[in-house]
Amino acid sequence: MTTSAWRRGMAGVALTALTVAATVTGCAANDEPEGGGGAYTLWDPYPQFAGGSDWEKLLQSCGGSAGVTVRRTGYDTTDLTNKALLAAQQGNSPDVLIIDNPVISTLAQAGALTSTDETKLDTSASAPNLLGAGQLDGRTYGVPIGANTLALWYNKDLLGKAGVDVASIKDWPSLTAALAKVKGAGKKGITFSAIGTEEGSFQFLPWFWGSGAQLTALDSPQAVSALTLWKDWLARGYAPNSVINNTQTTSWQEFAGGDYAFTENGTWQRANAEKLDFAYGIIPVPASAGGTAPAPTGGEFVSIPVQRDTGRYDVSRKLVACLTNPDNLLTTDTTLSYVAPVAAVQQKQIAADPGFTVWVDAVNAAKGRTGDNLGTKYPKISEQLWTAVQGALSGSKSPQAALTAAQDAAAAK
Amino acid sequence: MSRNRWTAWAFLAPVTLYLLAFYAYPLYRNVELSLRRYTVRSFVSGGAPFAGLDNYRDVVTHPTFGPALAHTAVFTAVSLLCQFTLGLALAVFFHRHFPLSRTLRALFLVPWLLPLIVSASTWSWMLNSEAGVVNAALGAVGLDPVNWLTSPRWSLLSVIIANIWIGIPFNLVVLHSGLQAIPDDVYEAAALDGASGTQRFWRITFPLLRPVSAITLLLGLIYTLKVFDLVWIMTRGGPTDSSTTFATWSYRLGFGSLLPEFGPGAAVGNLLIVAALIGGLAYARAQRRPRW
Repeated sequence: MTTSAWRRGMAGVALTALTVAATVTGCAANDEPEGGGGAYTLWDPYPQFAGGSDWEKLLQSCGGSAGVTVRRTGYDTTDLTNKALLAAQQGNSPDVLIIDNPVISTLAQAGALTSTDETKLDTSASAPNLLGAGQLDGRTYGVPIGANTLALWYNKDLLGKAGVDVASIKDWPSLTAALAKVKGAGKKGITFSAIGTEEGSFQFLPWFWGSGAQLTALDSPQAVSALTLWKDWLARGYAPNSVINNTQTTSWQEFAGGDYAFTENGTWQRANAEKLDFAYGIIPVPASAGGTAPAPTGGEFVSIPVQRDTGRYDVSRKLVACLTNPDNLLTTDTTLSYVAPVAAVQQKQIAADPGFTVWVDAVNAAKGRTGDNLGTKYPKISEQLWTAVQGALSGSKSPQAALTAAQDAAAAK
Repeated sequence: MSRNRWTAWAFLAPVTLYLLAFYAYPLYRNVELSLRRYTVRSFVSGGAPFAGLDNYRDVVTHPTFGPALAHTAVFTAVSLLCQFTLGLALAVFFHRHFPLSRTLRALFLVPWLLPLIVSASTWSWMLNSEAGVVNAALGAVGLDPVNWLTSPRWSLLSVIIANIWIGIPFNLVVLHSGLQAIPDDVYEAAALDGASGTQRFWRITFPLLRPVSAITLLLGLIYTLKVFDLVWIMTRGGPTDSSTTFATWSYRLGFGSLLPEFGPGAAVGNLLIVAALIGGLAYARAQRRPRW
C-alpha cells in the first residue's frame, strides 16, 4: 500500500469512527432519566391491559400520590426475562419491575434486583409460602402482587352422564378409576400440558410433589410413581397423546370442546370458564395417598431493580407499597383473576365469590418452585424434569430410565 | 487528499457505518459471548472470565450435539432436495403458458406470504394426534392414527414436510424467472434437431439454469439452516430432542430456560454461521469454475 493510499484509508476510518461516536453518544443521551422526580418507569407482563384499563389507572393514581408520573410498558412474560437481563446489563433497568416469580432468583443472582433490606419494603403481610419464591440466601427480592396455581377443572355434565361422583375422588387410584369410567362411557378422561418447556414442569409438579418426591432427587421411587401415573393414563387412553405438545391454553381448548372430563389448569382460566357451554367445577389436585397435593405457585412479584441513582428507591418504594396495599391488591387480583397474597384480602375475595375458596385453599397449600433455597438450581432441575416427562410419555424411555438420566444430568451441573 | 476523495468517503460512510453497527458488531459480540464463561451475574456486571474454546468443547461433548447435528443435516438436505425438485418441476410446468397458469402460480405463492407463525400453527393443528385433519383422513381410509408431533419417530419428518411446503414457492419463483431468461430459439433449434422433451430438459434447461439453481440452493441452504420458528412452534425441538436442530438448540440454551446459558448458546449459533459460510464459499468456488 502506498503512503497516500494508507492516509486515505486512515481518513476514512477516522471519519467512520467519528460518526459512530456521534451516534453512540446520541443514544446515551436518550437513556438519561428525564428530570428529577418526573417520570418513573414500570415494566409488567400484562400486555393485555391497554391505555385506559383499570390497571393503568391504578398505576397513575399510585404515581400521583407519590408525586410522579408512571411510564408503563407491558411485555410478553417470556420476553420480559430477557428484556430485564439486557436492561440490567445496559444499566437502564426500569424503576419498578413486575416479573414472574421463578425469575426472581435468576435476576437476584445476576445482581439486578435490590433486596427488601436495602429498600425497606414491607413484606410482612405476604403469605410465607408465596414469599418463598422471592427469597434467596435469606434475603427477599420483592413483594408478591398476586398468586395463581393449578387445580383440576371438571365437566359436571359429562361426569354426571358417566356416573362419576366427584366427591369420591380423594387420591390417585380413585381419580384413575373415575377416568376409567369416563372412558367406558365413550368420552375422554383428562387433558394437561406436558410440553417441553417450563410450562410442562409447572404442570407435572403437583403430581411430583403429591407423590412425596423432592426436586433434589428426581429419580426417587415416589418421582417414578408420579411419572408412571401420567404414562399409564396415556397408555390406557385416559389422556390424549397430544398432551406432549399441549400448552396450558391448548389443554383448556380441548376441555372447552366438551369431550374431556378434566383439565389440569389454573386460576387464570376463570374468565374463560364463564364462556363454557357446560357446567363445571373445580377440585384440588389430589396427592397420591389422599389430601391436597402441593401445586407450584404462579404469579408475579413487584420488585425494585438496581439503579445507579439510589435516590430513586424512595419513590419506587412508595409505588410498590401503593400497588401492594390491601385495597389495591383486591382490585388488581380481581382484574388478573389471581389469588391475593395477603390473608385478609383473600377473605374479601371469598366474601365476594364463595366459589373462590378452592383457589385460596390451593394457593395456601402451594409451594414456590425456587423455594427450599433451590434458587438458580431450579431452572436446571426443571429442564431435566420436563425432558424426562417428554421422554417417558413419548415412549422413548421408561419412567425410571428417564428420571435416572434426568437426575444424573441435573446433578452434573 | 483531493476533494473528490472526501466526497467518495462521505458517500461510503453511511454504508460502512451500517455494516459495522448491524453486522460486524453483533457478530463480534456473538463470538466474544461464546469465548467467555458467562453467568447471569457476569452478564449483567461484566468481568466474565475468558474461557477459550471451553464453551465449544462443552457443546460438542453435550449429549444433544450428535442428534442436533444429524437432525440439522437431514432437515437441511431433505428440505433443499425436495424444495428444489418440486420447485423446478412446478416452474417447468408453469413455463408453458396455459389458461389460468398465472392464477395458479399466484396461488402457489400463498405459503410464502403467510406469516410463519400462522403456517406453523396451522401445520401443528393439522398434525395434532387427537383432533388433526391428517389423522382424520388416515382414519377415513382405514389407517391407524400417527402421532406426528408427539412421537420421536415422526416429529422430525413432520417439521421437514412443513418446511418443504413453505420453501417450494421461493424455488418456484426464482427458477421460473430463470427459465424465462433462456432464449426460445435454443428450444426451437433443438426441436428441429428432433430432441425429445426429456432431452430438451436435461441438455438445455438444466445446464442453462445452472447459475440460477446454484444461487437458489445457496439461499435455500442459508435459510434452512437457520429455520427456527417453524420447529419451535410445531414441536419445541422435542419430544426429547427428536426434532432439535442447531437453531432450536441455540435458542433453548440462550432463552429456553429460566437460567440462560449465553456462552454455549452463542457457540452453537456460531457453528451455524460457519456452516452457512462453508456453503457460501462452496458457491463462490463453483462460480469461478469454468461452466461445462
